[in-house]
Amino acid sequence: MSIGHTLLGLLETGPRHGYDLKRAFDERFGHDRPLHYGQVYSTMSRLLKNGLVEVEGVEPGGGPERKRYAITEAGVTDVADWLAQPEKPEPYLQSTLYTKVVLALLTHRSAADILDTQRTEHLRLMRELTRRKQDGDLADQLICDHALFHLDADLRWLELTAARLGRLAEEIGA
Amino acid sequence: MSGALLSAEGLDKTYGRTPALAGVRFSIRAGEVVAVMGPSGSGKSTLLHCLAGIVRPDAGTVRYDGRELTALSDSARSALRRQDFGFVFQFGQLVPELSCLENVALPLRLNGERRKAAEAKARGWLERLEVEDVAGHRPGEVSGGQGQRVAVARALVTAPRVVFADEPTGALDSLNGERVMTLLTDAARETSAAVVLVTHEARVAAYSDREVVVRDGRIRDLAGVA
Repeated sequence: MSIGHTLLGLLETGPRHGYDLKRAFDERFGHDRPLHYGQVYSTMSRLLKNGLVEVEGVEPGGGPERKRYAITEAGVTDVADWLAQPEKPEPYLQSTLYTKVVLALLTHRSAADILDTQRTEHLRLMRELTRRKQDGDLADQLICDHALFHLDADLRWLELTAARLGRLAEEIGA
Repeated sequence: MSGALLSAEGLDKTYGRTPALAGVRFSIRAGEVVAVMGPSGSGKSTLLHCLAGIVRPDAGTVRYDGRELTALSDSARSALRRQDFGFVFQFGQLVPELSCLENVALPLRLNGERRKAAEAKARGWLERLEVEDVAGHRPGEVSGGQGQRVAVARALVTAPRVVFADEPTGALDSLNGERVMTLLTDAARETSAAVVLVTHEARVAAYSDREVVVRDGRIRDLAGVA
């Protein structure tokens, strides 16, 4: 999963401090793997350097200064491009797709389009494998079948998620 | 929609108070296999029935080979279904009293062909579908996979220009399902028949050239999304 894009997507819902960003990320997408502070700050300085975020304000505190980050126009475009791009079908794809779906709902984009775009990509690969299987020997058939069954499982997940978008939007308060 | 053999525009269909199709647009070219996907109850079978002239839509038009299907009389539509269209359903729907050979020859006999000629053609299709050994059996005496291959032979024997297949592998195991799909799509491509393939299974849809998704009676044409 792209942490940079995910943090950018969260920033699109409103400016935040680095600490708030980490908390929002952990709450929505961290599950059992929370982000390290170091990861958040190194990612933010990269995004800052690339002009995708800007510092909206700095609050002096007892410890280090607290920077409040805001997404730039270029950042919004970057999030939109990432969301619209289908993922390469591979194992454990769900965490990235789940992140994209949640961010699309939070930023009022079409989550159904993301799932449909991904479905198209999966089916494109399934067609390729089906053709390869039909032209190939038994070994080809078995190898392609293994991949096809996995892609099929992904597609079932996409279908089920599409059917539950309304409920998911309610639960995340989008 | 130039080049379309069969197309639909603005199709609406409601059953009681339940809308099954709402403003659906669809097209398919000769020799093309299009998968119609979507969850149960999304309207995909209703779409197939409207396209095949089995069900008359409440609004919208279906055009086949330059003719407006929706404007034809019931008898003209029945003739068209017999002569130009072939059908494969989830459960073969073979006539139980007839042998497999007679089942496959039946559409030709209904079109007025003589028994001998019709059965010769039917035998050729049974061979092609690899079920010539059950020609003399009745449908109740063959396996599900064999029965479905007989049903595919029956759908193709009239050399239809459009084949409508509604969950054709829904009752089969993976291996038989694959064989049926390979035989169906190979034969259709060879004869340049268009195939409207209704399925909720991605592995079956992978035999198509492209897919459309029906959700809540509306079509999402995925070629336009990616």
